[in-house]
Amino acid sequence: MCGNEALAEAAILAGCDAYFGYPITPQNEISAYLAHRMPAEGRVFIQSESELAAINMVFGAAATGKRAMTSSSSPGISLMQEGMSYLAGAELPAVVVNVMRGGPGLGNISPAQGDYFQATRGGGHGDYKTIVLGPASVQEMADCMLLAFDLADQYRITVEILADGLLGQMMEPLTLAPRPHRPLPAKDWALTGHAGGKQNIIRSLWLGEGALEEHNKKLQAKYRRIEENEVRCEEYRLDGAEVVVVAYGIVARIARAAVDQGRQEGIPVGLIRPITLWPFPSRQIGRAADTFPVVLTAEMSSGQMLEDVKLAVAGKAPVLFYGRMGGGIPSADELLGQIRELTLSKKQV
Amino acid sequence: MKTQFKRTPVLKDCPTHYCPGCGHGIAHRLLAEVIEELGIQDRTIGIAPVGCAVLAYNYLDVDMIEVAHGRAPAVATGMKRCNPDRIIFSYQGDGDLAAIGTAEIIHAAHRAEQLTVIFINNAVFGMTGGQMAPTTVLGQVTATTPEGRQSHGEGYPLQVSELLALLPGAIYVERCALSNVPRIRQAKAAMKHAFELQMQGAPGLSLVEILSPCPTYWRMSPSDAMQWIEDHMSKVFPLGRLKDMEKDER
Ligand SMILES: Cc1ncc(C[n+]2csc(CCOP(=O)(O)OP(=O)(O)O)c2C)c(N)n1
Ligand code: SF4
Ligand SMILES: [Mg+2]
Repeated sequence: MCGNEALAEAAILAGCDAYFGYPITPQNEISAYLAHRMPAEGRVFIQSESELAAINMVFGAAATGKRAMTSSSSPGISLMQEGMSYLAGAELPAVVVNVMRGGPGLGNISPAQGDYFQATRGGGHGDYKTIVLGPASVQEMADCMLLAFDLADQYRITVEILADGLLGQMMEPLTLAPRPHRPLPAKDWALTGHAGGKQNIIRSLWLGEGALEEHNKKLQAKYRRIEENEVRCEEYRLDGAEVVVVAYGIVARIARAAVDQGRQEGIPVGLIRPITLWPFPSRQIGRAADTFPVVLTAEMSSGQMLEDVKLAVAGKAPVLFYGRMGGGIPSADELLGQIRELTLSKKQV
Repeated sequence: MKTQFKRTPVLKDCPTHYCPGCGHGIAHRLLAEVIEELGIQDRTIGIAPVGCAVLAYNYLDVDMIEVAHGRAPAVATGMKRCNPDRIIFSYQGDGDLAAIGTAEIIHAAHRAEQLTVIFINNAVFGMTGGQMAPTTVLGQVTATTPEGRQSHGEGYPLQVSELLALLPGAIYVERCALSNVPRIRQAKAAMKHAFELQMQGAPGLSLVEILSPCPTYWRMSPSDAMQWIEDHMSKVFPLGRLKDMEKDER
């Protein structure tokens, strides 16, 4: 199974009630897979007329308490930003998958990580956040999908899975099993048609004096709770490391190979891999910066996560950067070269 | 004493924010009466537009959602497909449905979604200050057509209902008006039919367009606005049933 199909099957396993999407490369395997699996399970599948429509179909399905998702790639995710802002305002749970490709504009269909800012800063208008998960293997494409709906339901929030074209297309062995049951709050806010004689209203409009500020405070308090409880990251070979690489997604996969090679050569290098990109593992990286002299951030962008790493390190160690753009993929050798240079220059100091 | 007339319980007991003589209030009342008469208050979900009727959820006592400008038919699609036994309606203005949301309404009809759409055509963008709508008639002065709408450069009034009626997935399309009592009664009958079709599981979308006065931005008295619908608007947007698959087949 390729990463996209692993994610799609995990959506079935996670009890996704409805999928809405508009075709775009490199994520078409998701809709092709769900086009037969969803109806076979008696669930809803619609190919929408646009990403605008897809995200609003998600909005409608989610409002009735159903588990709804969409998937797309960078240009399509841009079109969904309006809907994602409304989802945030209305506090509806939803899952959005972005299998990133090169940009800006139509860009190309090669893997990229250029949508990090869009995903982790909110993306649409207004002051909001979405939980962002960055899988780094086919297995994690599935695992993140399974986790996403639970997080979405628990916090009434959108969860974006930020993958890339390489993860979507590559094939790896996979074990699929449902997640252990997580107790989730009842959806007593859902629109079901006057359940119990009480009107439910879902809206993002708050016109009363100070009402929107109150609503925003409530949203921010929720975001702080998520930052407190849902940070996930992997720490790899940090024992005695003098250089620590920070990378996510497929780049972390490549960096891990570089770290292994470096260790074989006797270079003390380790890896921190954020799995949640928001909430960002700032504490873990900050702690590492206390002990390790140099941090190297590697991304398939001009340096977006780099800003979060710098904020986390807070000047305690130099933060260097290696990036490729527009569909370029760094090789393990390239990264190892960077690591070697860093350790050399450190010795000279 | 015998009660001759009373408020329907589907309409909440509160004042609305609409201008004097606005058609939205009348349309809300008709909608509420239809929902009551059909006995579907406890299984109806309504969608409020972005427009003057954005607060419709404050007036109609059914489960409701407020959605992004023009996207109601897509939201409705998500709701209905996941909840086929619920009755889903959207309530949309001409800016909402005929400008920014053109793609969503055409494709909801095109997919034959089993929805009921109440389309309030008041020939302007009321909420934002009376700008030109796609349905603004030629010569009509608005905030953005100070010399009156010209076909050259500003286009002709868009007849969305005629357009939608061409689609096989739109099974019932009727244009009504609120300009006098018989017309108001007809508008209610049309709304009721549009809901009944959905209740029967009829295979497609029903839409009732309602020519509705906006005295504020037509800069007229409420009664002149009613007359303007009769004299001008209904000439550009002819009243009557454009399509009823059920009746047309017989
Ligand atoms: C994306 C977006 N663009 C523009 C607006 C501003 N806006 C609010 S209502 C409206 C037009 C409403 O006109 P109509 O649908 O005819 O409703 P009416 O007020 O006339 O009933 C516009 C342009 C908005 N809210 N969202
Ligand atoms: S501006 Fe026009 S449409 Fe809006 S409430 Fe006033 S009369 Fe009604
Ligand atoms: Mg209007």
